[in-house]
Amino acid sequence: MSVKTYREAINEAMRQEMAADENVFLIGEDLSGGFGCENPGSMGGSFGVTTGLYDEFGAERVVETPISESAIMGAAAGAALMGKRPIAELMFGDFIGVCMDQVINQMAKFRYMFGGKSTCPVVIRLAAGGISGSGAGPQHSQSLYQIMTSFPGLKVVVPSNAYEAKGLMISAIRDDDPVLFFEIKALYEESCEVPDELYEIPFGEAAMPREGNDVTVVAFGQMVGRAIEAVDQLAAEGISCDVIDPRTTSPMDNEVILESVESTGRLIVVDESPPRCGLTADVAALAAEHAFYSLKAPIKQVCAPHTPTPFATELEMAHIPSVEKIADAIRDVMS
Amino acid sequence: MATSKARLKKLGLDKAKLISAYRSMKTIREFEERINTEVNNGRLAGFYHLYSGQEANAAGVCEHLGEKDSIISTHRGHGHCIARGANVAEMMLEMWGSSDGLCKGRGGTMHVADVNKGILGANGIVGGGPPISVGAALSGKMNKDNSVHVSFSGDGSVNQGTVFEAMNLAVVLQVPALFVVEDNFYGEFTGRDYQTGCDDLRARTEAFGMPVKKVDGSDFFEVYETAGEMIEYCRSGKGPAGLILEAGRFHGHFTGDPEPYRPKGEVKYLRKEKDPLKKFAADMGKTDALSAKDLAQIDDEVMALIDEAVDAAIAGPRWEPSRINEDVYVSY
Repeated sequence: MSVKTYREAINEAMRQEMAADENVFLIGEDLSGGFGCENPGSMGGSFGVTTGLYDEFGAERVVETPISESAIMGAAAGAALMGKRPIAELMFGDFIGVCMDQVINQMAKFRYMFGGKSTCPVVIRLAAGGISGSGAGPQHSQSLYQIMTSFPGLKVVVPSNAYEAKGLMISAIRDDDPVLFFEIKALYEESCEVPDELYEIPFGEAAMPREGNDVTVVAFGQMVGRAIEAVDQLAAEGISCDVIDPRTTSPMDNEVILESVESTGRLIVVDESPPRCGLTADVAALAAEHAFYSLKAPIKQVCAPHTPTPFATELEMAHIPSVEKIADAIRDVMS
Repeated sequence: MATSKARLKKLGLDKAKLISAYRSMKTIREFEERINTEVNNGRLAGFYHLYSGQEANAAGVCEHLGEKDSIISTHRGHGHCIARGANVAEMMLEMWGSSDGLCKGRGGTMHVADVNKGILGANGIVGGGPPISVGAALSGKMNKDNSVHVSFSGDGSVNQGTVFEAMNLAVVLQVPALFVVEDNFYGEFTGRDYQTGCDDLRARTEAFGMPVKKVDGSDFFEVYETAGEMIEYCRSGKGPAGLILEAGRFHGHFTGDPEPYRPKGEVKYLRKEKDPLKKFAADMGKTDALSAKDLAQIDDEVMALIDEAVDAAIAGPRWEPSRINEDVYVSY
């Protein structure tokens, strides 16, 4: 056990799994960088997550590609059908718009439409989320795990800390279904205690980093940390909350959420995506349908507004739900 | 090119191989014509993209392929799957959506697949297949197993970005991928000359950095010879290659297509002058490689196979709707 960043935890999971299984390989743009230039392998990935893997495993296991997202996703799908276990990097998760067909019409459908006779064990890595003050703008800030959750055939993972990131990445690589692994950019530098050895965190099992009696707060990805901060502040006001981090949105741990809502009678759902047809609405519908008679107050969704993520700092700060916004929502349902 | 005994010998086409090729093409033809009949008589619902007229493309390529090789196909995919050895009776069950179908009736006409036999599926998305085939070829290169991976796609697919991306990636990674472009003159209901801005598709494809040849897809021997060269090129580790096969389709884009966009007499001409089966049979007559009796016997066997397959498909087991959730995931 040692303190590792979210970035290092993902890197370590991939390195250890690549060492353990020769079928695991990386494919994507600028995984090591520098190909066709002075120093092949000199970059280590756009976000530094793949640092050192080219040096350790070489070009056969760290497959550098041109900027061709559809071809990357298709190649990963084809290699997986033939028995490989590719980890395909999409860099910014927003770029899934360029290659949606290969993800939602091809790999998501293979098993079902081929009569359950094939597997497609691909992991797609997507850097997601806004970073308050980063100015990444409308095409480099989205958290598209919410739309990907709606496609049968795909699994969707959203780790909220380094410990989860490693365990969930190992589970994702070993999983026989296509998995979208959303890495929260704002968390790459965050660190916590992470075991050095290999361990799995099973999909569909939520974590509950805070336990309380008054309100259930379900939060995703970057919002988990902010929800914890808000809840810790409110303890001084005598309000205690469950904070639920689903960790995977497909499958999702509905049971833990419903049990908590039945016990607290109040539900806040927090995500940094715009609200329409999103995860917060999904969880709200779950509670409304199955825990309606336990509710003491209306369900509250805390989301970004229905706008793209803006560039200007003031607007960007207003776009991503803040600790204060979450705390206000909790006070609101308690009043 | 006229086919001679010497040419058959040069191509290594002995009697067993000729029988295999003819059986493959005849099976495709009768499968497709029977589907057309069954749709017209109302016993089969849905829309089907028929391959009649293009049989030599699939057979001429697939007759070269071995166990570790793979193909990926298109919405007009029955022919490729049959030529690659898919179980015809199970394919017919699939057409009827039976739970005993090759894909348990979940995929249907546009998703016939048998991954264990190297059939990565017919594919309902135009241009969807080539990137996947590049991945299969990448796995072959990693395994160092000398396999070759073939994507079939039509003249309508060649202006999809996915196909450009796949061709470039295959060249960059130097993988054993053969891109077979089947030019049947139409992408859906629009002519190839309108859709493809340049007037030399072969040269355009070659500009990606791989050798590309173009031959008459109605002539099995032309296809077989050239496909053999290109597959050998890929197998030898030199990287990807392309093959453009020109052969018109005898039917519309789909069953029920009224075809107002086609010139009068085109299909009649194709059926008379460009029928791959007739041309093959004529070549057999000239070379005495297979007798009329040999061919008639294959015809009879194929007709019986298709008749039995249709009867079995119509009587095939159906789904219990409560089982709709099965096989979405390996585990969930």
